Amino acid sequence: MIGTFVTLFTEFFKAGLFAIGGGMATIPFLFDMGEKTGWFTAAELADMIAVSESTPGPIGINMATFVGTRVAGVLGGVVATVGLVAPSVIIILVVITLLDKVYKLASVQTVFSFLRACTVGLIANALAQVAMLTLFDGYNILIVPCVIFGILFVLMNIFKKIHPIIWIAIGAITGILLL
Amino acid sequence: MSEKTKKTTLWELFISFARIGVMTFGGGMSMLPMLERECVNIRKWATDEQMLDYYAIGQCTPGIIAVNTATIIGYKQRGIMGALFATAGMVFPSLAIITILASIILRFKDNSYVQKAFEGIRIAVCALILKSVIGLAKKADKNMLYLLVTLGSFAALFFYGLSPILAVLFTIVIGIIAYYAEKTKK
Repeated sequence: MIGTFVTLFTEFFKAGLFAIGGGMATIPFLFDMGEKTGWFTAAELADMIAVSESTPGPIGINMATFVGTRVAGVLGGVVATVGLVAPSVIIILVVITLLDKVYKLASVQTVFSFLRACTVGLIANALAQVAMLTLFDGYNILIVPCVIFGILFVLMNIFKKIHPIIWIAIGAITGILLL
Repeated sequence: MSEKTKKTTLWELFISFARIGVMTFGGGMSMLPMLERECVNIRKWATDEQMLDYYAIGQCTPGIIAVNTATIIGYKQRGIMGALFATAGMVFPSLAIITILASIILRFKDNSYVQKAFEGIRIAVCALILKSVIGLAKKADKNMLYLLVTLGSFAALFFYGLSPILAVLFTIVIGIIAYYAEKTKK
């Protein structure tokens, strides 16, 4: 049991250290984690993403709590969340006096431009993984889910102000009625 | 801002950030207006410009942007303890809400309506992630090299199962090389 907590902490510590660019950036690391540890499948992770988007608070924190709770109960949730937050707290506390200067350095700015480009690719991969389960069955296109996906995506781009939670609710209702 | 009327208490830091945590959905950019309202307008812990600076630093430090911003503001107010209380405040509502929700969801997860609902939700999540990928891509700096990094990191993970950690480390190396290559050219 102690071993599970240690693994939870180190896995989320790694995610916290390498996920650059906010909540969505942690998703690729969680996919990797699920595959490596067998704690949850990609489909289950997609459900956790949905719940995390529909509840208050930063998505990354919500997901860490969710995964931790699933794997090792309430304490697991706390351990995973502390693990996710620890690297940035340590980094900020250690280098805060330098931080203002460091982040304005041209070299650091360049590296971060590249990292933002990398993050787009990493999240696109996470999307592809979820899509393979929900929109495709192997190499076969699942027609009804794809049509729902297309309609939802178009609507999302027309009604930009509508909060994600509404889209998730619409997804749930559509699922019950059509799938 | 040289005169401090009253010293901020650790409890105030915790409560303020817990309130931000409860009232924002989605994290990331959607948190900025709430952070500004609480920290700039109500508590006067930072000016508008400082807030944007903290936010920029929060984005460039690993981890969750909103949490990083909380850590920085907490530190500026009350040092290390301030940083810890502000961070704990930001995280607390998520911990409480998700812990309760997780047990409820796990209990109903075999119900067929719940399963169908989640199948539909996954489709909505796909569309939401696609939207945020497009949003991020639009915001990213545009040139061939960045495009290659985006496509390369996608392909390395998707086709070869590369770990995202390696992708990030590799990108840092590319970034450093690109910076010095650019510099020597000038």
